[in-house]
Amino acid sequence: MEKELKILKYSDLSKLIERFHAKGFPVLAPVRKGKVVEIELVESLGDIALDVLLSTQSAKKTAFPKVEKVLKYTLAKSGVTQHPVDPDTARETILFGVRPCDASGFKSLDAIFGEAPGDQFYLKKKEKTAIISFSCPEADEYCFCTSVGGGPGNTAGSDLQFTGIGKDEIFVEILTEKGKQIAAIFADLLSDSPAGIDKTKFLADVKVVFDSDKVVENTSASFNNAALWLEQSLRCIGCGACAFVCPTCACFDFQDEQNTKQGVRLRLWDSCGFSLFTLHTSGHNPREVQSQRWRQRIMHKFSYMPQQLHVVGCEGCGRCSRACPVDMNIKEHLTAIAQVG
Amino acid sequence: MQEFEPKIVAFVCNWCTYAGADLTGTSRIKYDANVKIIRFPCTGRIDFMILMKAFENGADGIIVSGCHPNDCHYSTGNFHARRRWIVFRNLLNFAGIETERIQFSWVSAAEGFKWADVVNNTVKKIREFGPNENYKKIAVSTLFNEEGTSNE
Amino acid sequence: MSELIKKVTQLLNDKTVDVFIGYGKGSADRIRAIFVRSAEQTEKLVLNSACTQNLAGYILKQEVKHLGKIGVLANVAALRSMLQLASEFQVKDGEVLALFANPDGTLTEFIDFHSIEVFLTTTDTGITSDEQERIAQLEALTVSERWNFWNKEFEKCIKCYACRAACPMCYCHRCTTDVNQPQWIPVASHERGNLDYHLMRAMHLAGRCVNCGECASACPMDIPLNLLTYQLISPIKTGFGATAGMKADAVYALSTYKPDDKENFII
Repeated sequence: MEKELKILKYSDLSKLIERFHAKGFPVLAPVRKGKVVEIELVESLGDIALDVLLSTQSAKKTAFPKVEKVLKYTLAKSGVTQHPVDPDTARETILFGVRPCDASGFKSLDAIFGEAPGDQFYLKKKEKTAIISFSCPEADEYCFCTSVGGGPGNTAGSDLQFTGIGKDEIFVEILTEKGKQIAAIFADLLSDSPAGIDKTKFLADVKVVFDSDKVVENTSASFNNAALWLEQSLRCIGCGACAFVCPTCACFDFQDEQNTKQGVRLRLWDSCGFSLFTLHTSGHNPREVQSQRWRQRIMHKFSYMPQQLHVVGCEGCGRCSRACPVDMNIKEHLTAIAQVG
Repeated sequence: MQEFEPKIVAFVCNWCTYAGADLTGTSRIKYDANVKIIRFPCTGRIDFMILMKAFENGADGIIVSGCHPNDCHYSTGNFHARRRWIVFRNLLNFAGIETERIQFSWVSAAEGFKWADVVNNTVKKIREFGPNENYKKIAVSTLFNEEGTSNE
Repeated sequence: MSELIKKVTQLLNDKTVDVFIGYGKGSADRIRAIFVRSAEQTEKLVLNSACTQNLAGYILKQEVKHLGKIGVLANVAALRSMLQLASEFQVKDGEVLALFANPDGTLTEFIDFHSIEVFLTTTDTGITSDEQERIAQLEALTVSERWNFWNKEFEKCIKCYACRAACPMCYCHRCTTDVNQPQWIPVASHERGNLDYHLMRAMHLAGRCVNCGECASACPMDIPLNLLTYQLISPIKTGFGATAGMKADAVYALSTYKPDDKENFII
């Protein structure tokens, strides 16, 4: 659809949250919790940390939670009876105040979970989530969205995008049909945008540091370059922090939990950084050492996903680098890969 | 309202307390039926995670019991266990789990009366203490209750 | 600083070590571990007050071991980690060379465990007064307030296992968490899974924790995990007279006993 441009007053923001609640839509937004910022249900605008650069975790958990029930079963002498779990029980929800990289991160997830026959647990929740993203007036040294095709004002994946322009005004872009329906809830608060507003003036300046195509090309060609991967990952300790805060990492594990009478099957986040991720029952591990697991992480995002799903599996949000206990900086490593050969 | 009947799980060693509990029975001493006894080779084998599992599966109280010091069938199992319990109780208390819900005792094969006392007193104590509400909220069974899946 | 570069250059040149684990500049104002393998690379070494990571965690890493003989810039916690690992038969005497940077800028070289042991007897190895205070604050709460506190903290946990990966004492090739027959710890990061995991970890580190604080500083969700293990240091010391990482031939406090160990809760 043709995008619509409007102006909203800052002072009316709190009314938006009130109206969403009045309509029965829960609102998820970044909330400060000590040093971390979590995306949680909020009551009012006051709960929302709109000034933070990024939430600690990405917004993926709204459609792909860390623990998800996918099957129930009962156990009896006569055998196991399965009881399907309805994937479509989530309410229409507004994801508010996230960043453009969070919204566009769903592109990768949509591609992964959307492959036929389609993962209903993800798709139904995603379908019921409307995303109102806030463009970035600031960036830090970990950000590199512009190097992977995004940007501080990237609208991909968002239903609505808000950009602060001047003291009391927000530039509103209505981007999708869903966005239009949401905007209708506060249509009276919107005024028509004067022509010629250039929102880029109000956005952070995120420098392009590497050529994404070059990274894709070099990654694919560097599979056997063991020295490269070892050099980058010597300090990697093999935790899953990078994968779990990542907006596009989608690997999961299934686990059953049961007592003697009944049980549930749970889908849980998993990470290719763990040695257990590829460990075979025989004891053999095809990715024996951490450098091979690091290679997998990069290969998956910059080689396998572009080849198979036609999308680069990285939004340049830099969350993995910020969360890494040992300062594995993906921006720096990708820049190095772009320069190989 | 139905009166609260505590569920107690007793982890006991094969050589002393289990035999002691046997003696309680053969001596026709009556004690509260709230307790389910699980026999282990030795208190040294009773890992702290086994106790955690009991709470998670709905126990309101736990009894851990074995041979008196110096009486261990394997010489030192109960001594090792004692150290572990000292540390484990500290950790539980710091983590906000009521240590009163776990009763540790030494009951020998000759102490049929003592076993009945330990059980009765523990049941009485837990009855006053009430259900293990905190653990009930995160118990294994909670997984079977709620329906569906949400994006909240 | 220049002394460190000089020393490491010399160690590498005369092949005393093949790789030296030290600190280098990281992203923004962060410091990261670097693995110096040639004299030219020594220029990257950095030494300042931000260099706090316990680098002993790397001496057991397979890929680092493959580089050859290891030298490490060790702080007090790292020295203690080495002794604790030695007592658990993970490092042999003389296998790793440790350099300690004294506050006055000089370096102390440790080539064997005995010299580390002697050094530690005159060094402050306790937890900081800040940490003591936080523990005291928690201890002053009621049991249910403490439950609520930890419940809130563990709720944030995403089970990335950064705490385990960062801990120099968590070197098991097969962690209890990874055991699935039987499944002791639920893999799921729900409340029960998180509580089980953290209690299990604290219990398995009781008497072994060298209070380096890596677990808490590694946690992306900012959970004060170190308090769980730190809290157990004092009862183990007063009860059993044991402190982790002070003796290379120490016997683990929980795999031994005294017939007269004191308790007041067994009837």
